[in-house]
Amino acid sequence: MTGAIQTAAPLLMVRDLRVHFTIRSESPWPWTPTRALKAVDGVSFDLHAGETLGIVGESGCGKSTLARALLNLVPLTDGSVKWHGDEMRGASPQAWQAKRKSVQMIFQDPLASLDPRMTVAQIIGEPLYTHSPELSTTEHNERVLAMMLRVGLTEQQINRYPHEFSGGQCQRIGIARALILKPQVVICDEPVSALDVSIQAQIINLLKELQAEMGLALVFIAHDLAVVKHISQRVMVMYLGRAMEVASKHALYDTPRHPYTQALLSAIPVPDPRLERAKTLQLLQGDLPSPINQPSGCVFRTRCPKAVAQCAQGVPPLRQLTGQTLSACVFD
Amino acid sequence: MHLMEVKQLGVQFQTPDGVVNAVNGIGFTLDRGKTLGIVGESGSGKSQSVLAIMGLLAANGRATGEVLYHGKDLISMPTADLNRIRGNRVAMIFQDPMTSLNPYLTVERQMTEVLEFHKGMSRKEARAKAIQALDAVKMPEAARRIMMYPHEFSGGMRQRVMIAMSLLCEPDVLIADEPTTALDVTVQAQILILMRELQRDFGTAIVMITHDLGVVAGLCDEVMVLYGGQVMEQGNAEAIFYKPSHPYTAGLLAAVPRLEGSDGPMLAIPGAPPNMARLPAGCPFTERCSMALPRCGIVRPVFGTAAHDAHVLRACHLPIEDVTQSLLRLKAEQGVSV
Repeated sequence: MTGAIQTAAPLLMVRDLRVHFTIRSESPWPWTPTRALKAVDGVSFDLHAGETLGIVGESGCGKSTLARALLNLVPLTDGSVKWHGDEMRGASPQAWQAKRKSVQMIFQDPLASLDPRMTVAQIIGEPLYTHSPELSTTEHNERVLAMMLRVGLTEQQINRYPHEFSGGQCQRIGIARALILKPQVVICDEPVSALDVSIQAQIINLLKELQAEMGLALVFIAHDLAVVKHISQRVMVMYLGRAMEVASKHALYDTPRHPYTQALLSAIPVPDPRLERAKTLQLLQGDLPSPINQPSGCVFRTRCPKAVAQCAQGVPPLRQLTGQTLSACVFD
Repeated sequence: MHLMEVKQLGVQFQTPDGVVNAVNGIGFTLDRGKTLGIVGESGSGKSQSVLAIMGLLAANGRATGEVLYHGKDLISMPTADLNRIRGNRVAMIFQDPMTSLNPYLTVERQMTEVLEFHKGMSRKEARAKAIQALDAVKMPEAARRIMMYPHEFSGGMRQRVMIAMSLLCEPDVLIADEPTTALDVTVQAQILILMRELQRDFGTAIVMITHDLGVVAGLCDEVMVLYGGQVMEQGNAEAIFYKPSHPYTAGLLAAVPRLEGSDGPMLAIPGAPPNMARLPAGCPFTERCSMALPRCGIVRPVFGTAAHDAHVLRACHLPIEDVTQSLLRLKAEQGVSV
């Protein structure tokens, strides 16, 4: 489905993933039907070892729900998630527990994702207690300390609490906690959006270094296309729960195919006064439609500058265009 | 006379840990139809300086210096007089449109209140004017939606309500504190174009606070770069973007992730922002500056006109040539054409 021609079996295989939330009706009558909020509606992709897949989209496009669904943090409605070839849909909590040793997550809000009543050593060491209880105290402490030093924290900080750290340092703690088990895959849900630009670059560089060292595969979720470009090999653009375009980084940024990708790229302000003032904007009208009441046909057609009557007819499938480029548009 | 002139503005907070100098002696002038961008990272004092201008500091905060609006000082002015100016002649847009609108009141009630207070309009006149303002910010079906509550709007629409509200009295000065930070890029682009059009139509002077250098590039004539509550560099946008004369500005420009450029490591500024309660005696950027001289941490550099450009003010001990050289090196490393 992703068009990637690779010989090795993918680490992660996602097929037609759907996550729908049931919305209670506002009517007081029990027989009024409930409605479905389609947060993720039919997404498929593969992730290979050592690869970085970037997922971008605006708020409400389902990228965080997708990330959570990959780890069973929200229940799947339909579709299949295969980690290392094992079907995880409907898997037991024990099966998930075993799987999570090799699949970890880094969260968006660096401070809120750390327990305020635990010290740094306890936070970073907690996954070890759960997944490697056989380690002796000395080994445990050694591994925690080595991990802290690796992500750029100091030994003196080992007994401090999260509130004593800046946002960038908190994110380093989050990274250390995710990597202490030496996972194969890390899912990063907007890991740098809460940070200042100068700190953002530090964290991205750290993630890239660690990826090279440990051979990690990353699913990197962000709303900033420029950040995603720096870390990904392949990028998936999502809109209202669906993938609009999946392409290799160079194809996506140099020759974006889908009108939504084009609009998204043109909307990014460029830090260069002459370029920024001279550029022609492909401005989208209006806001994201409600995911409860999605447009028929292509979900993007209500804001699409190229929309024609045909767009309302049916959902355009994600089709392979050239090489690794897939796009879901009637014009392709 | 300038429309607004800020001189030596400072903000101090009394905290249990002692006095924190959040803003130290910043100054600027603003004329009709011009836009000033204030950039800096979180904690650099950019929001506190405009809150001081509006007289909205927290109870433990104190503003010093002068904010002259048409020659009258807003800081020493009695609150009753200030209330006649703020919201009327000097208006503000806040970062988070959800928390800055009253959730209990309809948009109509919140908008008409402004006009009834400042312009003495009747409710009916005020309502007509409010609908006009919502039309001006391209709110579809303004006459119907004015009766809705803030939670019924999307983020972009809420920010439109905020902008419409701030423009009701056709202010001379509009202070926008990160107006697009909470919005998606496609909606941000809509709001920025809207602000540009409104400025063209009404001649409003804008103070734009943001951490996004791209937003500044598109909108601002003048730029002020803040770090640790002090101005590092200030001047026209062309000079700041194409010939930054301060290592912090240069580092900030290099650290912005760009769509063009190489895939190599990104250029980070090492270290973390300074603790405002314990600023060094010298330049606050010393600790993170790759070019710092021994005296940088001890002697605070004089903030004055730069040698290379009379329109630029800077606070740095280093000669400009050194900063330019290091920027060229940074850009070459990043693979960006100079």
